[in-house]
Amino acid sequence: MAEIQIKNIAKRFGTYQALHNIDLTISDQEFMVLLGASGCGKSTLLRIIAGLETPSEGEVWIGGRRIDHLPPKDRGIAMVFQNYAVFPHLTVFENIGFGLRMQKMPNDEVTRRVERTAELMHIEQLTGRYSGELSGGQRQRVAVARALAMEPDVILMDEPLSNLDALLRLEMRAELKGVLAESNTTAIYVTHDQVEAMSLADRISVMHEGRIVQAATPVEVYRNPAERFVASFIGNPPMNFLPATPVKGGQWSVAGQMMDGPSANKALEFAIRPEDLKIADSGLTAVAKVVEPLGAHLLVTCAVEGHQFRAVLDSDLVVKPGETLTFAPLADRVRWFDPDTQKAVA
Amino acid sequence: MNPRILPYVLILPVTLFLCLFFLYPFVLVSKQAFSTGAGFTLENFQDVTSHWKFPISFKNTLLLAAAVVPVQLALALLMATMVNGMGRGRDLVLYVWTIPLGISDLAAGIIWLAIFEQSGFLNSMLSGLGVIDKPVSFLSYQHPGVVFLAIALAEIWRATAIMLVILVAGIGLIPKEYYEAAEVFGASPWKRFWRITLPLLRPSLQTALVLRVILAFEIFAVVAALGGTLFPVLMGETYAYQFELLNGGAAAAIALIILAISIGFTLLILRILRVPKGASI
Ligand SMILES: Nc1ncnc2c1ncn2[C@@H]1O[C@H](COP(=O)(O)OP(=O)(O)OP(=O)(O)O)[C@@H](O)[C@H]1O
Ligand SMILES: [Mg+2]
Repeated sequence: MAEIQIKNIAKRFGTYQALHNIDLTISDQEFMVLLGASGCGKSTLLRIIAGLETPSEGEVWIGGRRIDHLPPKDRGIAMVFQNYAVFPHLTVFENIGFGLRMQKMPNDEVTRRVERTAELMHIEQLTGRYSGELSGGQRQRVAVARALAMEPDVILMDEPLSNLDALLRLEMRAELKGVLAESNTTAIYVTHDQVEAMSLADRISVMHEGRIVQAATPVEVYRNPAERFVASFIGNPPMNFLPATPVKGGQWSVAGQMMDGPSANKALEFAIRPEDLKIADSGLTAVAKVVEPLGAHLLVTCAVEGHQFRAVLDSDLVVKPGETLTFAPLADRVRWFDPDTQKAVA
Repeated sequence: MNPRILPYVLILPVTLFLCLFFLYPFVLVSKQAFSTGAGFTLENFQDVTSHWKFPISFKNTLLLAAAVVPVQLALALLMATMVNGMGRGRDLVLYVWTIPLGISDLAAGIIWLAIFEQSGFLNSMLSGLGVIDKPVSFLSYQHPGVVFLAIALAEIWRATAIMLVILVAGIGLIPKEYYEAAEVFGASPWKRFWRITLPLLRPSLQTALVLRVILAFEIFAVVAALGGTLFPVLMGETYAYQFELLNGGAAAAIALIILAISIGFTLLILRILRVPKGASI
C-alpha cells in the first residue's frame, strides 16, 4: 500500500516562492501526472517527494508513514531523471542493479532481477554495454529499468520522454503505461506535454505558478476545467473565450447573441472548445482570418467582435479567409468563468 | 587549402619547435649516454649502476615518491571534495590553498629548512615549551627519519595544490544528476564518493598522477636544501656527475634511467585508470 499524501507543502528559494501550500492525495497504484508550463514547480514538488529537496513547510506521507525527514533511500521510492542519469562508467547491467547492490542484495538475486527488468524493457541484449554506446531511447529504457528493478512502492518520473523524438515518444509512452499498469506501483509523472498527460494519467494535477489548480481525471480536466487557466492550457487549440453580459435570470448576451447560462448577476466569460462548434444558420457571427487544413480537420481562426476565436471543422468544408461564418455552440459543452476569481461558474 | 592537410600544417610550427628544443637535445643526451668516445657502449650505465650510491639514491627516490604521492592524492581528493561542497568563499579557499604553487621548489626547501634547522622555528618552539633544553640538530645523520619526514612534508606542502587544481576542475565536470540518482538509489555519501566520484574522475586522476609521479622522480631542490648529501636521490646524482665529476656520459645515463622509470609509471597509471570505450561522461 503506497498512498501518497502531500500536506500543505510550500517551498521557498530565498525570497522566491516556488510552491504555495500544495495539498494532494494520490491513491495506491494510481498514475498521477503533474502537468504545467515550464517553471511552475513540477520538478520541485517531485524532488521534495523524492527527498532531493527539503520543503520549507508541510509534510509528505507515503503509505501512512511520514517520510519528509527521511533520506531518499528510506522512502520506498525510485526515480527516473529527465536526463536519465544513467551512470556512464557502469554497464547497463550494473546500472539496473545499482540500487540492489546498494541494498547488499545477494549476487544471484541481483542477476535475476536485472535480467527480468531488462527483458521487460526489451534491453536484454544491451546489458553488457556502456551508456555511451546506447541511443537516447535505449538509455531511457535503462533509466526506467533501474527504477523498476527496485520494485519500489512509488516511482517518480521527471519528464522521462522529453528528450526523445516524436515517434519514439509515442512508442515509449504506450510501453511505459503497459509496464506500470502491471506493476503495483504508485506513479507520479511530470510533464509539460498535455497529450502525454492525457494518455498516461489516471488523474492529472494541473499546476500553475506553484499551485495545483485542478486534480481530476483527464476527461474531467478537459471537459470541466476548474479554472480559466486550465481551460486555456489544456486542449490544442485551446478553449475560446468571449465576454458575456447578464440580461435577465440565466439569459446572457454573448457577442450580440442570446445564450442560456448560470444565474449570476455580473459579467462572466463564455467558453467553448473549438471542436464543439457547428456551422449553423443562426449563432455567433465570425469572420474567418486564417484557414489551416490539418488533414483530419480544418482549423479556422476567426474574429468574433474583435476576439480571437478558433473552430475545428470537418475537413470537407471549404472556407476562405474573409468569409463570414455562423457558429452554433453545442449547448452542453459551454462553460462559464468568473473573470475576477478565474474560477468556473456552474 | 585542402582540409585534410590543414590540421598538419597548423601543428607544424609546434612540431618543429618540439623537434628543435626537445627531440634534438634528447638525441644528443642519448648519444652521450650510450658512448664513451668510441662507438656504442653500455659502459656509462654499468658505471653509474655499479656505484655504491646508485642503489641508495634509487631506493630513496622511489621511497619518497611512494610516501609523498599517495598522501598528496588523498589530501588533494579531500580538499577538492571540500572545495566543491562550498558555496561562498570557495574561490578564496582555493586561491589560498594554491599559494604554494607559486613558490619555487628551492624556495620551498629553504622555507622548511628555516623550520627544521638548528636555530629554526621548531627548535625555538620546543625549547620555549621546555621540551628540550638545547637545540637539536634535526637534519643530521643521527636523525635520518626526521630528514626523510622533513623532505616529504616540504614536498607535500609544495606540490599537492597542482593535483588539487586538476581534481577540482575534474569534479566540477561531473553532472549533479549522477549524485542525485546515486542518492535516490541508496548510496551513502561515502559510497557516492567511491562509486561515482572516483570512477568518473579517472581522466583527471590520470593527469594529476602522471604529472605528480614524474615530478616526484625528478625531485632535487627540496632534497638539496633539506638533506644535502645525507639523502642522495637520482636527480642529485645526475647533478653531481655533470657538474662536480664533470662526467657528462654518466649524468646522461642516469637521466635516461629516470626517464625510463617515469615512462614505466606513466604507462602503468594510464593502464590502471583506463576508461573503457563508451564509458566516459
Ligand atoms: N535551486 C533553486 N534555486 C532557486 N530557484 C529555483 C531552484 N530550483 C528551482 N527554482 C525555481 O523554482 C521554479 C520552479 O522550478 P521547477 O524546476 O520546479 O520548474 P518545472 O515546473 O519543473 O519546469 P520545467 O518544466 O522547465 O522543468 C522556477 O522558477 C525555478 O527558477
Ligand atoms: Mg522540471
